Amino acid sequence: MTTNFARGLGLAMAGAWALAACTTTSSDSGGAQAGAASTKAAALAAKGPRDDPFASTYAPYPNIATAIRGATIYDGKGGKIENGVVFMSGGKIVSVGGPDTPIPADIAVFDGTGKFVTPGIIDIHSHLGNYPTPGVDAHSDGNEATSPTTPDVWAEHSVWPQDPGFTRALANGGITALQILPGSANLMGGRSVTLKNVPARTVQQMKFPGAPYGFKMACGENPKRVYGGRGRMPSTRMGNFAVNRQTWLDAIDYANNEKARRDLAKETLVGVLRGEILVHNHCYRADEMALVMDMAKEMGYKVTAFHHAVEAYKIGDLLRENDVCSAIWADWYGFKMEAYDGIMENAAYLAREGACVVIHSDDANDIQRLNQEAAKAQAAGRRMGINIPDATVIGWITHNPAKAMGIGDVTGSLEVGKMADVVLWNGNPLSVYSRPEKVWIDGALMFDAMNPKTRPVSDFELGQPGAGDVK
Amino acid sequence: MRRFVALAASAVAVALAAPALAQDVFITNARVVIGDGGEPIEGGSVLVRGGRVVAAGSGVAAPAGVPSMDAGGRWVTPGLFATLTSLGLADVDAVGESNDVRAGGAPFSASLDASLAINPTSQNILVHRAAGITRAATTTLPSGSIFGGQGAIIDLDGDANAVTLPRAFQLVDLSEGGGRIAGGSRVAAQVLLRGALREAQALSGRSGIPATTEIIKGDKVMLGRFDAEALVPVVTGRQKLYVMAERAADIRSVLALKAEFPRLDLVLVGASEGWLVAAEIAAAKVPVIANGLDDLPETFQKLASTQSNIGRMKAAGVTVAINAEAAQNPRRLSQTAGNLVALTKVPGAAGLSWGEAFAAISSVPASISGLAGRAGVLAPGAVGDVVIWGGDPLEVGSAPAKVFISGVEQSLESHQSGLRQRYRDLDESARPKAFDW
Repeated sequence: MTTNFARGLGLAMAGAWALAACTTTSSDSGGAQAGAASTKAAALAAKGPRDDPFASTYAPYPNIATAIRGATIYDGKGGKIENGVVFMSGGKIVSVGGPDTPIPADIAVFDGTGKFVTPGIIDIHSHLGNYPTPGVDAHSDGNEATSPTTPDVWAEHSVWPQDPGFTRALANGGITALQILPGSANLMGGRSVTLKNVPARTVQQMKFPGAPYGFKMACGENPKRVYGGRGRMPSTRMGNFAVNRQTWLDAIDYANNEKARRDLAKETLVGVLRGEILVHNHCYRADEMALVMDMAKEMGYKVTAFHHAVEAYKIGDLLRENDVCSAIWADWYGFKMEAYDGIMENAAYLAREGACVVIHSDDANDIQRLNQEAAKAQAAGRRMGINIPDATVIGWITHNPAKAMGIGDVTGSLEVGKMADVVLWNGNPLSVYSRPEKVWIDGALMFDAMNPKTRPVSDFELGQPGAGDVK
Repeated sequence: MRRFVALAASAVAVALAAPALAQDVFITNARVVIGDGGEPIEGGSVLVRGGRVVAAGSGVAAPAGVPSMDAGGRWVTPGLFATLTSLGLADVDAVGESNDVRAGGAPFSASLDASLAINPTSQNILVHRAAGITRAATTTLPSGSIFGGQGAIIDLDGDANAVTLPRAFQLVDLSEGGGRIAGGSRVAAQVLLRGALREAQALSGRSGIPATTEIIKGDKVMLGRFDAEALVPVVTGRQKLYVMAERAADIRSVLALKAEFPRLDLVLVGASEGWLVAAEIAAAKVPVIANGLDDLPETFQKLASTQSNIGRMKAAGVTVAINAEAAQNPRRLSQTAGNLVALTKVPGAAGLSWGEAFAAISSVPASISGLAGRAGVLAPGAVGDVVIWGGDPLEVGSAPAKVFISGVEQSLESHQSGLRQRYRDLDESARPKAFDW
């Protein structure tokens, strides 16, 4: 099957490129209303599946060359520098080092004495924008719960950029990038979108340039409850797998059929099979995660991360061997049956096995405190004799999520040449008593606790009680 | 009235009686937190005898014949007091058959009495005990009607007598949610509340239950005759009325109830926009159980919510406890309190001092719950609920090392600790994990 699939894939790709070429030649012909018979074919051609139809229009905001000196630096990849220097210019990290690191004259320099610097915090699991506040029914855009498999929907089409939650995540959580996922009602919920956490009028202005799409899948209780409750498949965990497997088989057939008509759902699935779209799989129970990893091998795709993996600690060895990250909470437990075995040592036990740990929020409040959640998970390990350095723990909310979101080469750590996504904390970020003081995104100062005017206010909040207040 | 107060007080005394196993313990070399809002006392001691605090602070004389325990300089505090919670009323929230928190299908509301269904060995109780919570207000929540029922104050020691104070308060929802329950409008909720209280007024002083009282909406009984009777202690001021309200305007209308029903002993729950009307709340002397970290306009009734809400209300003279219900789980109470301390370093924000923040999860909620000076504080005569912590109790990395309830040292074991032990490694070379326990 794999061989056959690979051969077919080449044909499908050739077809895709042919479509793209066609589109290129017609790109000047404007809307479908042009409609004259002579240009009919060109005018009615959609862009191809790889033409990035809702392309990012994000551009870094103006920034000035800035250095922070005297701070404790956690670089996101496990490094720690006391009394260090971070220098950013042109939106990039230019240098990171000890106290002797040269700082050019005539640039903005902040004294970080007693303070801490980390990469921008990254949340791999958020519903800001697609389940925004106010959480009224009219805003409920996260689950296309009309079919158990909806690989054709894209989260970016649901994201409301005016969600006030983005601003709270920035100001209180130091969040500079985040992945917005469809919900978990469906086995296959659709494509995710990765955003820069900048206030914007359109979602395209927030889209993280070059970030790959993610694909949301869900195991367990939610899909079988939602659809079983309507008397349709799946109503059991075995039903979950049956629907998933058949859907993958159909996608493979599609990929191998060069004459197949375009199909948005299949295009997403083929993107996963090609390794271009990363699978983020909501899955609580250890036994189910093990089955999903086998299903992925059967079908020829890879699970990048299990989300909400409250039982990941039971299979840290398997997760390491399969190179799958676990995106988890620190202390959520027991709110549903499949969360009954949640323990605070989850992250530490995964780390003990050498498996990848990501701390995530799935919550408009917790996204404001991912640093504290990471600290709780670290402390639970310490009580069991597992001592994980602070600098490593910061990686759980910076470099590790960046890697799992496919943006680890450009953000998530303080390394020369990377995006200057940086947080200056007024104390150790692993303490409850610390808050972000300044947040830079691509070198632009997007939040400054010391200056009320450097506090974004969404359209929704203007002219309403508390607009512009410290939150 | 006076007779009832005396009865109520004696009921408390009975419920707070020390268990037979109560130890005498003298904890020395401790960083003692009294819980009354003051800052920690270095090198302090705590003496508990017969299940009650005898003395705490500096200069406590070593009593003869009481074993002493060196805290090694660690933090020693009263047990945390969590309000509001549903501890002991559900095993798994989303497993309906295990969950007694909402009785929307029942023809009862105000008459519901949580104290009758507490499971003292619920895993949630064990987990929260291990997090340093020793007492809690636990309650059913509004569902079929705006009245949630009568909440209880419980201890978390897992013995047969969980209930410290039964029927400590009645809960009613006058927020957006109450409006939905009452038929789609806050106005309907206001009418229902007033109608119910008038029924209760008519009943007060009479014995027995009314023959006819009933308010029905569709297939839901919004007020039955048992409910009207249950509201008699509310309307006569013998039982507290906890009122859920978020919006500033809703809070004002709650405060205005006192003009019509002067004996109401009101407590506000939620109060996300409380800071906008803080002076009025303070003047009315109505305490608040406030959501600590709400800062989003989650609904239109919370537009002005900010993490500075509690700090601002406190500064205006309002008595404020941190609402455990608002956290992901009540064991985050200490984290919430710590965050309010952090706000004192944020320009423009209002937070709490360390001592005030700790009091907001210990003595203040105990006091609001009717146990002023008797729980949530290391004061002479208070229950011997004491926690020795591994570190600063408001810091996210800290956890209790020892927990005493009424002088009895508690097990810190639970389902979670069992899993923690079993999976400390993944070695199954000799036997499956099922044999590791």
